[in-house]
Amino acid sequence: MTKIVVVTSGKGGVGKTTTSAALATGLAMRGHKTTVIDFDVGLRNLDLIMGCERRVVYDLVNVINGDANLKQGLIKDKRVENLFILPASQTRDKDALSQEGVEKVLNGLRDMEMEYVICDSPAGIEKGALMAAYFADEAIVVTNPEVSSVRDSDRILGILSSKTRKAELGEGDIPARLLLTRYSPERVERGEMLSVEDVQEILAVDLLGVIPESQAVLNASNSGAPVILDLESDAGLAYADAVARFIGEERPHRFLTAAKKGLFGRLFGG
Amino acid sequence: MTVSIEEKASFEFKGRMLMATVLYLKDLDSRSLHQQISQRLEDAAQWLLDAPVVVDVAHPEEASQVELLTAVDTLRGLGVNLVALARHPELDDQVAAMLGLGSINLANGRDVARSEPPARTGNSKAAPAAAAEDTLVVEQPVRSGQQVYARGDLIVLAPVSTGAELLAEGNIHIYSTLRGRALAGVRGNEAARIFCQDLDAELVSIAGHYRVAEDLPDAYRRKPVQMSLDGDAMSFADLMGKS
Repeated sequence: MTKIVVVTSGKGGVGKTTTSAALATGLAMRGHKTTVIDFDVGLRNLDLIMGCERRVVYDLVNVINGDANLKQGLIKDKRVENLFILPASQTRDKDALSQEGVEKVLNGLRDMEMEYVICDSPAGIEKGALMAAYFADEAIVVTNPEVSSVRDSDRILGILSSKTRKAELGEGDIPARLLLTRYSPERVERGEMLSVEDVQEILAVDLLGVIPESQAVLNASNSGAPVILDLESDAGLAYADAVARFIGEERPHRFLTAAKKGLFGRLFGG
Repeated sequence: MTVSIEEKASFEFKGRMLMATVLYLKDLDSRSLHQQISQRLEDAAQWLLDAPVVVDVAHPEEASQVELLTAVDTLRGLGVNLVALARHPELDDQVAAMLGLGSINLANGRDVARSEPPARTGNSKAAPAAAAEDTLVVEQPVRSGQQVYARGDLIVLAPVSTGAELLAEGNIHIYSTLRGRALAGVRGNEAARIFCQDLDAELVSIAGHYRVAEDLPDAYRRKPVQMSLDGDAMSFADLMGKS
């Protein structure tokens, strides 16, 4: 049984691609056969974060148009078993995505017995985002603890409850969970950022995880290795927790309070 | 003038929607009318002058033709672009023609509103009973960008987000936080009310009389509140205690 998961947010730059990469990698590390698809046609990024940008031959639009078959389009990850990447096309735009085409790709992945398909949605609420979400069985809404991101996430949650295939078939809302990223407990304490509780109260959805603001995320992007591979870092550990919760394990939330740093911590900590 | 001898269509029906402002005259006294309208025109700049206006008389049975005529003259003198008179049994198209106006039927749905006098004192009078089947119950959060419309009452059991809009011809009940907009009595029912467990709204409105977030009384912010219309003004009261 293949589970299709959309990672979405409405607002751009909040960490959808970082999250998609981490989630897919985390699931594969636990032995689940997983594909992550970049739906951001025209603004391809996932391949960079996954560190496979030099191995891209075909892309999602090629597969949709039949220029290549699915097996040719999928890039196998070199670090983790069971992990595949289907990059976006950089030369086309979102109109190249058709509902039939996306369905064909997803059915192909079902035939390959993928356990999880992670759809990395583009920002916005237009065609690309709608196509990424349409066939989803479950959604992860990535939000930063600030008001504009929260409002956009709220908008996306509304769209998810009406514009997915399940909603159209009258099978009800797909389950959606919140992943709060770039969380800085220090800034919450200073009142510069919304707290987890604030965001949850406004959005009224279950919390999948809280990822602390971390230099490790930027380092991971630069080096093309998903941050979840860096289990020395707080962000990597937080993503590992989120993956565990995603597949049904219970994990307490960490990194929600500011660490009390000593003098050396202040000087050298990060 | 030239006379066309060609057989060609000299007219065409255009199905265009036209927005008109309805000027609801509660009182026909021309002096107070002149004073209030001219002041309103100063405040509201062009909108009344540009828009076609339909005159609707609150108490047609009491309106004499002389009063009507002076009221209409007063309005015309102020530059209000009058186009029609709302039709009532007492004010038919003959009366309209006498005033030099067209006659328009506004009755659909608005009769309901007018058949009941607006609740003046608030809590003593029961809200108009909307047919039970017109009541809409929403159990999911109403998200930013979503709009819910109820032909009768609207009951929401979950938070209403900023950027969401609730519209009801009857009352609106929100058993959670209202952060978006709530518009009750959208078809003119001035007896409609809004009940809300936690008021943090962007805008609340009853029968077109509205308050934006900035104008909400601080004493009722983030509190359980009921809102009703007291004349032209929105009145706020504690939902739990006696008001």
